This record gives sequence, structure tokens and C-alpha cells, in this order.
Amino acid sequence: MTGQLLLEVENLVAGYREPVVGPVSFLLNRGEILGLAGPNGSGKSTVLRAIIGRARIFSGTLRRGDGPIATAVQAQRPVRLSEMPITGREYLRLTGAARQAAPPQLAGLLDLRLDELSGGQFQLLHVWACLGSPADLVLLDEPDNNMDPRARATLIEVLHASRTAGRGVLVVSHEHDLVESVCSRIVEVAG
Amino acid sequence: MSFADLLHPMFLIPFVNGLLLAVLLPLVGAHVRLREEWLASLGLAQAAAAGVMVGVFWDAPIALVALAAAVVAALAKSFFGPKGNESYALMLLLGWTVALLLAANSAHGDDLSHALTEGQLYFTGVGHLQALVAVGLVQFGLLPWLAPRLLLARFFPDHFAANGRPNPHHEIVFDVLVAVTLALAATAIGVMAAFAVVFLAPWIAFRFARGWFKTIALGIAVSLAAYVAAFALAFRFDQPIGPVIVGVLLLLGAARLFAGH
Repeated sequence: MTGQLLLEVENLVAGYREPVVGPVSFLLNRGEILGLAGPNGSGKSTVLRAIIGRARIFSGTLRRGDGPIATAVQAQRPVRLSEMPITGREYLRLTGAARQAAPPQLAGLLDLRLDELSGGQFQLLHVWACLGSPADLVLLDEPDNNMDPRARATLIEVLHASRTAGRGVLVVSHEHDLVESVCSRIVEVAG
Repeated sequence: MSFADLLHPMFLIPFVNGLLLAVLLPLVGAHVRLREEWLASLGLAQAAAAGVMVGVFWDAPIALVALAAAVVAALAKSFFGPKGNESYALMLLLGWTVALLLAANSAHGDDLSHALTEGQLYFTGVGHLQALVAVGLVQFGLLPWLAPRLLLARFFPDHFAANGRPNPHHEIVFDVLVAVTLALAATAIGVMAAFAVVFLAPWIAFRFARGWFKTIALGIAVSLAAYVAAFALAFRFDQPIGPVIVGVLLLLGAARLFAGH
């Protein structure tokens, strides 16, 4: 299954009322972790939004691979309510990530309410909800936001482990060291 | 009146109708609160009240018009309206204006308007009971399908669009379910009491519960306790049921305020 095309982006120009990014081209295959790097405001997240149909495509093409491709999306700013009586385990169950053993750093937190987690803990849980899910395509938008060095190290471990799962991962980040340490290829988005 | 009178069908059926509402309202209320659309309950209840007045004004079946008004309001919100509390605030104001203007210009409008404010639970009968049982069966039947989708959409708002379903069916199913439940509640315990049960019971449960189904269960427990106490007090002291339900729920809500953060 590794090597099978998941996503083909060719000369994509995307934005909202007006174009904000592009042209951008890349391929993403199963078994790959592809990095979209670039400075803040360069439009990396807009490419991701275009892939999920939340941004306007002005020109270029965006094609998904054959067959159904289950997709998980990690939001740059995950929904955090002032009161969230849902437990970490229930949160992971929503995406199907509860079927897998959680990273050790999360294992002790799964019975806490979401509003009892720190920003970094919640971010790691959110990323794991996507990476631990059975999705074929995982889209991560600045996954290390709010993370301390320990959580970031766990994120890197988890990303390395996900490469063997026969799925494709697209990592959007302005942190070059993160994409360089986990991605098979890197596409620079100039803005 | 003595508590033995409660066993008379004239009081027993209204009492059971209220019990069913005390279960069904917090069930939708927990999800409404999670979606931060709690004003929905007041907006839809007010739309139902406007429907009652439309029914009076044009001599149409009141309960059916109230239900239809709430469902139309929910559908309009789903299809055209902005997401969130803004659309419910507009619905609330429109419903209030229509209800009061029609009440002021129809023969029995003032009486019914008064009943919708205070609640008219004692006048609900088998028709309400049958409707509530049907809605209850639908709510509990749909819950295992609906709840995970509502939670997934709330915490992973791009999930459905990313998987080729930008307008998933569960959204409209939920909106209609809320509308029907609120319409039945507004025509039984009054607009403000219906809002209070939907808003306050989950508000208390969200503070104390750990886990989603425990939150729903605690919300229902709070609502049931408040309703039984309110019914007994209203019955014993001959008070309108709506304000007594709201008062008891506010007293229970004090536990949340004193619990701190």
C-alpha cells in the first residue's frame, strides 16, 4: 500500500475573497510524511483549508487518490470550551484513536476532563486523536503549538511511528526543525 | 388540594407529562450547551409561543401550529441563518413580537399569552403525553447515533467537510429534535420554564460531572429533582408551575456558584 497516491496538488492558487497562496505543487503518497514549511502568514494553512474544502481554489488542481480516503484534521486552534466535562478517553473515542495505546505521556490523563488539561497536554491529545485514528490521510496544522519540550519530543516520536502505518501525513509548520526531523520531503511555501 | 388528589387522572397525566419533559429537556440541553447554542432553547420556545398565537388568531389547531412554527424556525436557522446564538436571538425577538402583537389583537390571546408565561401543565392531557412518549422514543433511539456525531462535529469541526460531507444530516436532525421538544415544553410548562430546564440543568451538570454520559445523567437527575419539588410546591401552595420550576432550578444552581472553580 506504501507509495499509493493520496493527494496531488498542482499549481494550486487558493485563498478566501482573494488568493493568499500559490501556485503550490506537491504529491503525497501513503507511507510519507510531507512538510509544508514557510513563515507565518505565507498561506500554508490555506493550502490545508483548500484540501478540506474550506478555502476557495482560484486556479490549479487538487486531486485525491482513488477510492475513499478517510481524513483526520488537526486544527491549528483546537476547540477549547471553558467547561468540557468530556474525558480524554471519550475525546479519543470520537475519532477512533481510543482503540490504540496512547503515548505514555497521555496515558495518565485519559480519565481527566478536557478542561483539567494544560494547553500543551490538550494539544498533544488533539494531535493524537488524529494520528491515532484509522484515517488514511492526516492533516496537521502547527501540531507543536503550546507544547513544552517533553510534549514536543513525544509528538516527534508519534509522528515517526505513524510513518509505518501506510498512511500519508501532511505537516504544516513554521518550525523548520520540526518538519526537518519528521518529514520525508519538505515543500517551501513562500507566500 | 391534598397529595392524594395527585392520583386522579386530572393531575396524574399532567404530572407524568412534566416528568417526561424533565428527562427530555436536559438531554437536548446538554448538547445545545456543548454547541454553545443555549439561546436556542429560548428562541425555539418563543417561536412555538408565536405559533400558539398564530393558531389562536387564525383558529387553527394550536399545538400543531406551535410545533410547525418551532420546526420552521429550526429549519430556517439550519439552512439560512448564521451559526450560533445570533440566529437564535433573532428568532427570539421575532417570536416575541409576533406572539405579543397577535395576543393583543385576538379574543383569547391575552389568556393564552398569560398561560405561556406561567405554564399550563395542569391543562395538558393525553395528546401531550402521546407526543412526549413519541419524542422520547425518538430521542433515546437516536442518541447512540446522534451524540457521537454532535461531539465529533463540535471538537473536530472540519471532520465532516474533510470527509466529503460538508452538511451532515445529523445537524438538521438535531435542530428539528430540539425544536419539537421545546415546542412541547413551551406549551406545557411555559416559555421561560422550558428555557430554564434546558439551560440550568446542564449548566449545573457541566460543573460537576466527569464524562459525557454522566453529564447527561446528572442533568436529568437535577431536572427531575427540581421538577418533582416544583410540582409539589406549586400543587400545595396553588402557585403557577413555570415560575416555581425556574425558582427551584435557580436554588439548585446556587450549588454550582458555591462550589467555586
